[in-house]
Amino acid sequence: MSAIRDGWELVVGLEVHVELATRTKMWCGCATTFGDEPNTNVCEVCTGQPGALPVANARAIHDATLLGLALNGSVAEACWFHRKNYFYPDLAKNYQISQYDVPLISDGYLDVEVAAGSDGGSDQGGDSEVEVRRVRIERLHMEEDTGKSLHVGDTGRLHGADRSLIDYNRCGIPLLEIVSRPDIHDPETAQAYLRELQAIVRAVGVSDARMEEGSIRCDANVSVRRPGEELGTRTEIKNLNSVRSLGRAIAYEAERQVSVLEDGGEIVMQTRHWDESRGVTETLRVKESVTDYRYFPDPDLVEVVSPPDRVEAIRAELPELPAATRARLVAAGVPAAQAATVVGSELVPWYDEAVAAGADPAAAANWLTGDVAGQLSAAGVTMQDGGLTGTHVAELIGLIDDGTLSTKLAKQVLEGVIEERGAKGPADVAADRGLQQVSDEGELRAIVEQVVADNAGTVEDIRGGNDKAIGALVGQVMKATRGQADPRKTNELLREAIDA
Amino acid sequence: MSTGPDLIGSSASELASKLADREVSAREVADAHLDRIAATDGVVAEGDVWASKPADELEAHHVHAFLQVTAAAARAHADDIDARRAAGEELGPLAGVPLALKDLLTMRGVPTTCGSRMLEGWVPPYDATVTELLRDADVVVLGKTNMDEFAMGSSTENSAFGNTRNPWDLDRVPGGSSGGSAAAVAVMQAPLSIGTDTGGSIRQPAALTGLVGAKPTYGTVSRRGLVAFASSLDQAGPFARSVEDAARLQAVIQHHDPRDSTSVSESPPDLLEHLRDGVEGLRIGVVTELQGEGYEPGVAETFQAALSRFEALGAEIVEVSLPHAPYGLPAYYLIAPSECSSNLARFDGVRYGQRVDAPTAEEMNAATRSAGFGPEVKRRIMIGTHALSSGYYDAYYLQASKVRTLIARDFEAAFGSADVLVSPTSPSVAFGLGTKTADPIAMYLNDVATVPASLAGNPALSLPAGLAAAPEAADTALPVGLQIMAPLLRDDLMYRAAWAFEQDLGFTPVPEGRRAVEVAR
Repeated sequence: MSAIRDGWELVVGLEVHVELATRTKMWCGCATTFGDEPNTNVCEVCTGQPGALPVANARAIHDATLLGLALNGSVAEACWFHRKNYFYPDLAKNYQISQYDVPLISDGYLDVEVAAGSDGGSDQGGDSEVEVRRVRIERLHMEEDTGKSLHVGDTGRLHGADRSLIDYNRCGIPLLEIVSRPDIHDPETAQAYLRELQAIVRAVGVSDARMEEGSIRCDANVSVRRPGEELGTRTEIKNLNSVRSLGRAIAYEAERQVSVLEDGGEIVMQTRHWDESRGVTETLRVKESVTDYRYFPDPDLVEVVSPPDRVEAIRAELPELPAATRARLVAAGVPAAQAATVVGSELVPWYDEAVAAGADPAAAANWLTGDVAGQLSAAGVTMQDGGLTGTHVAELIGLIDDGTLSTKLAKQVLEGVIEERGAKGPADVAADRGLQQVSDEGELRAIVEQVVADNAGTVEDIRGGNDKAIGALVGQVMKATRGQADPRKTNELLREAIDA
Repeated sequence: MSTGPDLIGSSASELASKLADREVSAREVADAHLDRIAATDGVVAEGDVWASKPADELEAHHVHAFLQVTAAAARAHADDIDARRAAGEELGPLAGVPLALKDLLTMRGVPTTCGSRMLEGWVPPYDATVTELLRDADVVVLGKTNMDEFAMGSSTENSAFGNTRNPWDLDRVPGGSSGGSAAAVAVMQAPLSIGTDTGGSIRQPAALTGLVGAKPTYGTVSRRGLVAFASSLDQAGPFARSVEDAARLQAVIQHHDPRDSTSVSESPPDLLEHLRDGVEGLRIGVVTELQGEGYEPGVAETFQAALSRFEALGAEIVEVSLPHAPYGLPAYYLIAPSECSSNLARFDGVRYGQRVDAPTAEEMNAATRSAGFGPEVKRRIMIGTHALSSGYYDAYYLQASKVRTLIARDFEAAFGSADVLVSPTSPSVAFGLGTKTADPIAMYLNDVATVPASLAGNPALSLPAGLAAAPEAADTALPVGLQIMAPLLRDDLMYRAAWAFEQDLGFTPVPEGRRAVEVAR
């Protein structure tokens, strides 16, 4: 990742939108399912028919409160919904119901872990030292999502389209806007913030937070300045479709702004579009003046009241948050990087189940983040669909520990369990497929003695001091057992036979 | 067997009891009123749905209360009610009574226009809660009534489909914005109708057409399916030719609705239980600020006579003040347009109603809105857009909201010394068609006495207090309305005071006079 030039400071604030995974929309009873036929989850409310009225989704308010508490924010005892007025075809009412002067949540923060020294001035990688940075959260407020416009024509964008189609399925899905303070000074921290936020959202269970499905979206406000100076003019970067593009876009934009300023130019306040394939930001629209949204309290809705006892009851629902989970895993002996992967890849339920079923924590984390994740990804199957349980993982580790399986066999067994979608556990798969290690002494001794008898020359070599030649005999035993001989035991028995 | 003319003169209560006694069928009642509509309204009485004639084909004797008459559906509903009654089924208290519905409320499958070209072709996919409640009560809806476009106006001259005439004088306005619903009841096309009141749109037309019209406590009648003009003020309510009829209709439509967030969970006390208790000992507060200058002499005299009548009935007349009421009108004309500028933004040609094609979405929006909205709607959208703009919000919208709070407090304080408050409903009797259309401010002044209760959310009704001459025509005798306002959720009190007054006055709600529509007596 490119660093900012010496003598400059990067200042970034992030605006993250999270679509809540409530069953119904924010103001009506329509389903929120992703990917349905266009305009099938719509009614008079979410298509802005005359006379239709919104009724706030109590679950959405609860979920927003829960997430706000997870982000260390304070909950407004009373807040309101405002109308943000602007015309856009996919905004059914031509105003968005949002919050304005009093958001549901204010003054939160998020502690994120980044590699020490990643401050934009140096480019140290590695996983040696981890540093905790606090990013303050100004506000979290509730609003509603818009519909989706589909532009039919050559460009695929609004400009130059022959016609536009609108899908209102998404219109009215509860949306949270989470605005950070400009506390971020390097791309890595921005990425860590987004990743951590994503992990928290998932941990509290209010959204699946999938960037590719748009259930979590991120815009970056980027400016640069000489250290100690006033904040520079910022640009807002949109179309950031992954954590990776967030980092790349910030780095690109920082460099662009510094170049402009060092060449004596000025930064123009504007919205810029990140072009992932070309790796550049480009002007989307210039903000000549602040858009006047004519906010006013929505007279169709009543105030949202959160008495302290209700807030405390919601706080009591908070699950273990990712930072605490990581700390717990590390304390149990899982290496920090793997602990982060277990949490970041949403493997905690499997990890916990495996450990509860008796697996060694480090081994469970190692299998889950390594072979399990790898094989599922190769098979194109999700963790949920793979059918693999934490108990299966524990069983697999147990079969290695008691010598039934070698690591190599265990991988084949794992493959089998995934093929069976978890219908059969590791022990059954191993038995069915004859994948057990041959460690029965009698059986193995017979094979070893046969190999020794058949390879008299090699045996003489070994006896003559060429120790390495024993490898060839091990290979013969493995071949005879189709790879299922216990290697340690094979070695032992070969030594005995040769030395006899 | 009752005859058509008997039936069309009957009150809802009389009809209900005749229907319950099977003296008459719901079908006969519906047919009698449909015939009356065909004879007086200027509709093309053909087919399942009768359309009103285009504005340029309407004649001077056409009241033009209806925009469309759902004749076949009304007859079918009436037949169904008769069949269920014959089968011994228990029916609601107003079962089989016909009603006219303001075209601001949705009815599934029936075009709703709101008096605007903007919505042409839009067929609502759902029933308003009020419509549902009326159907559940087996009230027979005859059709949708004319109104000022999107309920903005005080004369029904802002309808995109031609004005409605006042049955008391066909050259005069019926008031507005619910002028069609008022005229329909005044001309005996229906014994009941539903209007909506944002700043006086039920009370003022009731006053100008000699009817009882009530704006219930804000939040007691669901706004779901009422196409919003100013959400914090809009409230549907009844028109009738008697206090009891109005109370009975309001009782049908007031109902907590979980689909309207502003719907209050508590119901007002029963409106009929103490209706006939009289006003003896009741403290009637005369609002200092809602009389005097600006009120026509005939209106002022009739109002003073009404006070004497109350006194004679044993009520105690007290003088009360709503000190901030004089700021009500300007505050109203900021708050209502502000909300309307946002509420009407959805009419953009994208999803329903009219669309004027243009190369870009923005141009299409602009062309559609230019063509679809009339001048008064455009004026209010512009006023409201300005009042909400950054830099003006504090001085206009916010300031007006503060005035609103002060007025609500004024009401609270006034109800410390009076049980109900009274004022003239409108500063004038019905005025001539076209006399105020060129002067928006003159038109807005119609609402001076009605907006305070709207801003405060209090219930208020208008009932006839007598007849008076228009200042420019000494030979006229036109209805004057008395406004009665009550504490929040005490709609029962205003009905009780109104009933006692009505019984003593003995007003006959039948249009009379040289220019009045002909009514069989």
